[in-house]
Amino acid sequence: MNRIDQFDPTQGGHEIFEVGAPPGSLATTSVVLTKRHGDASEAELIERVLGGDEEAFRELVRPCEHAVFMATQVILNNEADAEDAAQEAVLKAFTNLAKFRGDSKFSTWLIRIATNEALMKLRKQRHQKLHDSLDEQRDGEEGDYIPRDFADWREIPSEALQKKELRQALSRAVASLTPKHRDVFVLRDVQHFTIEETAELLGIRKSAVKTRLLRARLQMRDALAPGIDGSWSTGRTEYQQVRPW
Amino acid sequence: MVVEISCEEVWREISNYLEGEISAEMRARMEEHFKGCKHCTAVLGGTRNVVQLVSDATAFELPAGFSNRLYRKLNRRLGKGG
Repeated sequence: MNRIDQFDPTQGGHEIFEVGAPPGSLATTSVVLTKRHGDASEAELIERVLGGDEEAFRELVRPCEHAVFMATQVILNNEADAEDAAQEAVLKAFTNLAKFRGDSKFSTWLIRIATNEALMKLRKQRHQKLHDSLDEQRDGEEGDYIPRDFADWREIPSEALQKKELRQALSRAVASLTPKHRDVFVLRDVQHFTIEETAELLGIRKSAVKTRLLRARLQMRDALAPGIDGSWSTGRTEYQQVRPW
Repeated sequence: MVVEISCEEVWREISNYLEGEISAEMRARMEEHFKGCKHCTAVLGGTRNVVQLVSDATAFELPAGFSNRLYRKLNRRLGKGG
């Protein structure tokens, strides 16, 4: 069961986007989207695609390729699976483009499809229903996260963002999170879904999103903080080199 | 007069602080704490850096040939071969 749909906003005042989960997994996810106006060039491209110009679809997708792959990679943590899910998402977007009304940005819509695609794949892989119910129980028992160190992380130099070592360190740090923390972190901080949307996508409470987000962010900081710019605080005024970039 | 807050309480709220999802009173208490606590200021700065770093999807690697494979698959689905 896979369904992507957008209701007429003039009828309901909002859009519903649904992608069914596989049998035995979590119930269908429904997400209420915030209404936004798409820009004209995007609307023109969509019109061209719907008119039969399939090349225009490439133009539409190209600027979002990175974000679409990211949406699936950080959730699935496996390049081959992520690429497969990203491809499926793009194909699904093409097939369902007529249902996209252009009220939200196309990139937002596509990333959401990719996120759902990755989550469905993940649920198949890890028997999500059992996993999530256990997660929910654990959430209530989860103690406070205590930062591991207090390295002073200075401002990130912009050139560092271009470095491969940093990209790899980021991927490793995201991969080191537990799946339930990674899902929340990626949806909120990488894909920029709101707390509410993240909760709806994952079928958990807002309070659980906030709890997991806190832990994920602090763990990410602990994984990256000592020396993201090559230095960390020694508690005195000077900085000590601890990382190669 | 701002009521003092412990480091543990600050860590618990640091994510909500970045989200702007705390009361004005809690914000004032945390900001007062940051003035005198290097550790919590470091935790706040680092956590903010994490959020900033990952907010750009291009900070992550795109596999070589990703685009070519994507459009080949799309073309196959459209019955164009390739």
